[in-house]
Amino acid sequence: MSQLVIESGRIERQYWRDLWRYRELFFFFTWRDLLVRYKQTVVGVSWSLIRPLLTMVVLTIVFGKLGKMPAGKVPYPLLVFCGMLPWQFFAAAITECGNSLVTNSNMISKVYFPRLVITVSSVMTTLVDFLISAIFLVVLMIYFHYAPHATLLLLPLYVALMVAVSFGVGLWIASLMVQYRDFRFIVPFVVQFGLYISPVGFQTGVIPMRFRLLYSLNPMVGIIDGFRWCILGPESRIYWPGLVIAVAEVVVFVASGIWYFRRTERIFADVI
Amino acid sequence: MKSDYISKVEDSRLAISIENLSKQYFIGQNRAKQDGMRHVIERALRAPFKWLQSRGQKNTEDVEFWALKGVSVQIKQGEVVGIIGRNGAGKSTLLKILSRITIPTEGRVTIDGRIASLLEVGTGFHPELTGRENVFLNGAILGMPRAEILRKFDEIVEFSEIGQFLDTPVKHYSSGMYVRLAFAVAAHLDPEILICDEVLAVGDAAFQKKCLAKIKSFAGSGKTVLFVSHNPETVRSLCPRSIWLKDGRVQKDGSTEEVLDGYLDSVARGTSFTWENPDYGLTIHKVIIRNTDGEETRRFYPGDDLVVDVFYEAKKRIERPLVAIGVLGVSGSCFTSNMLLDGNSPDSFEGVGKISCTFKSIPLLPQNYTVKLVVRASTVTDMIVPYEEVGSFTVIGDLAEYGFKGDYLQYAARSTPVVVPYEWSMPDGRTVPVALNRVQEHQLTEGVAESLD
Repeated sequence: MSQLVIESGRIERQYWRDLWRYRELFFFFTWRDLLVRYKQTVVGVSWSLIRPLLTMVVLTIVFGKLGKMPAGKVPYPLLVFCGMLPWQFFAAAITECGNSLVTNSNMISKVYFPRLVITVSSVMTTLVDFLISAIFLVVLMIYFHYAPHATLLLLPLYVALMVAVSFGVGLWIASLMVQYRDFRFIVPFVVQFGLYISPVGFQTGVIPMRFRLLYSLNPMVGIIDGFRWCILGPESRIYWPGLVIAVAEVVVFVASGIWYFRRTERIFADVI
Repeated sequence: MKSDYISKVEDSRLAISIENLSKQYFIGQNRAKQDGMRHVIERALRAPFKWLQSRGQKNTEDVEFWALKGVSVQIKQGEVVGIIGRNGAGKSTLLKILSRITIPTEGRVTIDGRIASLLEVGTGFHPELTGRENVFLNGAILGMPRAEILRKFDEIVEFSEIGQFLDTPVKHYSSGMYVRLAFAVAAHLDPEILICDEVLAVGDAAFQKKCLAKIKSFAGSGKTVLFVSHNPETVRSLCPRSIWLKDGRVQKDGSTEEVLDGYLDSVARGTSFTWENPDYGLTIHKVIIRNTDGEETRRFYPGDDLVVDVFYEAKKRIERPLVAIGVLGVSGSCFTSNMLLDGNSPDSFEGVGKISCTFKSIPLLPQNYTVKLVVRASTVTDMIVPYEEVGSFTVIGDLAEYGFKGDYLQYAARSTPVVVPYEWSMPDGRTVPVALNRVQEHQLTEGVAESLD
């Protein structure tokens, strides 16, 4: 028989065991979000394709045609799309994850389950959108007759990094949002701003070398570069210090995010 | 049966042990402002040193409030315990702690066994999803593995009586259907300890009965149940033992009969009213509220007769005093007996005496009521006893037993309290009489209804 002890100020030992016990809930929340997202929409799942497609067109025109940014031998739309895939995931994930607790506040104040499930599920939902958008990348590559390189095999590593950093940042935002709804306004701003300061519409190569290290403090720089390197091959060079910084930041964000989330989790129901 | 229950319970181990449990909240009128980020930043910028020091400390401007204070309760396996108390007594806080939604400030709870708590039915129901989808989602949220939901799915659907609407989004459901489906999922959880809060508050009478039966059978099978309700009648019918919470503390813990006696009396706020008017030499010693059997009581059922006895002593003779007694509910005056209107009057008050008024078959909904008294001199303008509250009583009873079968019976406590008999004439020519009369079982049979025609 399982014994449960509820005490003040004590980090429940059973938390991680509970997370395992509620593992099906990860799937259920993701499934619910996906189901709800496209109900009563006419075009349905195609929204996951239309949004990145239109953004790609705009960025290609602005940076490629008007800005005349260099792209080497790579077709500019392809270059943009490789940057947009991880960026759009990051933007959507931190928004969804950040809002997830407040959106589900009714559940949080009425029933127990490890709250981490909600945040993880929201990131998983975004990952499904990411995978749908990725199909379009394949279409683009076929259209431009661009053969993948062996580096493509390393892509899952970058996807993992991308998911991890989004989750870490998302956890911070989610925990802070419970207490400070200000983040509801801050997040869209960061997302909008970030699209232009991250190398989405252009390559990191256009940044002067002396600013490269500083520029790489944005973890998405290393990740987007990595995506291009994996998909487009050695055509785009990898900047190793940037990657090291990105990996270090991912570790810090995830670890501190979980720490802060766990620390504030017990008061969620009281303040939400 | 009862002794069987007691012996079974006495042998068993503890299911829930609550030791010195306290929960503190901070309620400052500035709370929201202080927590807003602008304020945090502002404080940090204005006085960074002070801000750093004060971080992690309690804010002195906050008013502390103990929702629970030093609550200790032991519940054995197989016990069915009711928790009663007024709003704000700490019932929901206790449930929230037991359900692990919030953590206690002090104290400790040990729970032995698989626990399921229903603070609300349909938690996590999504309006856009169909009934079928919501069953799975809700089941998962309540901690049911998918395999178990699949196994019990048909049973759940059958219990809910949703039938063909299973694949309709629940936003198109009536509130009754919604609750039925939600309860059906909850009813098929299979915990060893069940904690439930007012889940029976909605749904039609027939379904409420079904839910109650389900909880009863659950309790009968040796499981532990903690049941919170505003309705003393439901607690009485379900729980042999009750705990009365008042201002965050355990006021009384014992057999339901005993606890409810104390609770209902306190709700009806027992007063010993006395009034003295030296100018007229009139003293009202006491006012008794009783039933027609002569028993002093503060509890009545709809349709009961209510008697108010006013005991007085007039040192001087008062000629033709005018007495009025009013009954007031939560939303104001209900009815009154008023000599100013009916033209009756005692010849005089002299010496020790009593004047009574019997209100016949009070058509009142279950609520709390107060009784007020006015005594005027024959000049009318002179008040010997001004409009004074002299006592209170509660109307109790399960409206379902009076043929009321709406989905919102829980709002009866806030509704206009007086229900005179009325009759609906429907567009199709049907007429439906309604009155606060207890529906007798035999009246429900068709034969009787036909013979009445």
